[in-house]
Amino acid sequence: MLKSQKNKYTKEDPLEHDEYNFAYLDEQTKRMIRRAILKAIAIPGYQVPFSSREMPMPYGWGTGGVQVTASCLCPTDTLKVIDQGADDTTNAVSIRKFFEKTANINTTDDTNSASIIQTRHRIPEEPLKEGQILIYQVPIPEPLRFLEPRETETRIMHALEEYGLMHVKLYEDITKHGHISTAYAYPIKVEERYVMDPSPIPKFDNPKLHNNEALQLFGAGREQRIYAIPPYTKVISLDFEDYPFEPMKAEAICSICGSNSSYLDEIIINDKGDKSYICSDTNYCEKRK
Amino acid sequence: MNNILSVKSLTKTYGHQIGCNDISFDLHEGEVIGVVGESGSGKSTLLSCLAGRLKVDKGSIKFKSRTDVKEELTEITEVRRRYLSRTDWAFVHQNPRDGLRMDISAGGNITERLMALGQRNYSSLRSKALNWLSKVEISTERIDDNPTTFSGGMQQRLQIARNLITEPRLIFMDEPTGGLDVSVQAKLLDLLRKIVIGLNLSVIIVTHDLGVVRLLADRLIVMKSGEVVETGLTDQVLDDPQHEYTQLLVSSVLQF
Ligand SMILES: Nc1ncnc2c1ncn2[C@@H]1O[C@H](COP(=O)(O)OP(=O)(O)O)[C@@H](O)[C@H]1O
Ligand SMILES: [Mg+2]
Ligand SMILES: [Zn+2]
Repeated sequence: MLKSQKNKYTKEDPLEHDEYNFAYLDEQTKRMIRRAILKAIAIPGYQVPFSSREMPMPYGWGTGGVQVTASCLCPTDTLKVIDQGADDTTNAVSIRKFFEKTANINTTDDTNSASIIQTRHRIPEEPLKEGQILIYQVPIPEPLRFLEPRETETRIMHALEEYGLMHVKLYEDITKHGHISTAYAYPIKVEERYVMDPSPIPKFDNPKLHNNEALQLFGAGREQRIYAIPPYTKVISLDFEDYPFEPMKAEAICSICGSNSSYLDEIIINDKGDKSYICSDTNYCEKRK
Repeated sequence: MNNILSVKSLTKTYGHQIGCNDISFDLHEGEVIGVVGESGSGKSTLLSCLAGRLKVDKGSIKFKSRTDVKEELTEITEVRRRYLSRTDWAFVHQNPRDGLRMDISAGGNITERLMALGQRNYSSLRSKALNWLSKVEISTERIDDNPTTFSGGMQQRLQIARNLITEPRLIFMDEPTGGLDVSVQAKLLDLLRKIVIGLNLSVIIVTHDLGVVRLLADRLIVMKSGEVVETGLTDQVLDDPQHEYTQLLVSSVLQF
């Protein structure tokens, strides 16, 4: 999948697509990004700098993830794109269309038949397999950022494994809320070395990061960082002995498929404000109906 | 020899400007040395060199570790230096803002070093924070308040608690009472004295206030233009100064 495409890829509709290289980025750029990806895989959890390119979409729309996806895609790949677990949201649809146009690859909603899945804010419910790549869109890659704004300092902290600050944040959480209130982007330690921000996935998804069979790649466009969790990597969520990490979800079942184990979105179903819950992973829900 | 620190011919320049020049002295375990001199005499430069916060040009600083090994501080790695600065050493800044995290609660400030050393029990961290708050005479009810809501004197005491919780052996203080009201200064000095004696700490305290060293220091180093002009027991130096610069200092002719 990291094989480079030497020749300019030609599409059926030359008028519309002629100006693009396969998957939009030029081969030179893709090679540079692949080198960053390989380095990231070699040092699990370490943020590798890369020189982010302008993409035909604004930052915050997953330009980091898109560049990683573009660099991993082969013509034989099948791509799935999700946003908050759903295949049909604006962000997911536009990224999927972007690659349909620029790479002419097959796309799917089916987690199981996708070879590459680009995601924002979720890990699919269906367990991933060897050979699949899960690519996360990351807004802020630095887990220490809000406690230590100086990049020079956070780099040293990572280099020297000085992670006391991360627990200060959790300490403050417990102090203010009586429990660790961090519900998204819950900090993890990868392979007993680097502390990492898993992007704003709900902490419900954190256990799936651990020992996953798929390759997990993280791309931050504006911040120009790529990092990775290779398959079968040890991932633990930071906590205290007396306030252990707990993955959380709404105490309910999906009103569509009846699942009691999937991550649920809350929806208001009438003017009285009554609530109902449905799976956030739309493909998972669909398959169970 | 029970020196925790042995300094030989220490020199630091800033381009053509001399910071401190050819400084040598020993600090015994459990001893408090005061470094005095007018503003610009090189006190802070010396302190920063000793704590590894500035790179020295020349000279040697030998530090005796907990395991009685002599380490040459001018040659240790950055990793080792940072480890020592959060375990064996403490640095109390004149401005508490430089030594505290202002957007973190008092309890979080006090226990950060323990968490950095791997302590992972919230309840026990909390009881240690409460214990240190009372040691530095801050009401334990303030444990969850941010230092921004504290007075200058309280902030300085919080900085001291944050620094001392790992039971460091060597404390560097740069004008710890500067910028505080006189009555607040007296209270802080009293507290520092209790703690230093109680924990048998080795201390280097930099100040231009002779009242501070009179109360805290066993020995004095008098600096002028980056050089040491006189050393001796505190009472000796203050009551019978030998160098004419020290005589001026003591007779308060010099205004700082
Ligand atoms: N960062 C610096 N760059 C250039 N000169 C400096 C710097 N810091 C201190 N100095 C100079 O070094 C001398 C000693 O300063 P300092 O150690 O701060 O003295 P003190 O703490 O006794 O007031 C002064 O002449 C000062 O101007
Ligand atoms: Mg000074
Ligand atoms: Zn469902």
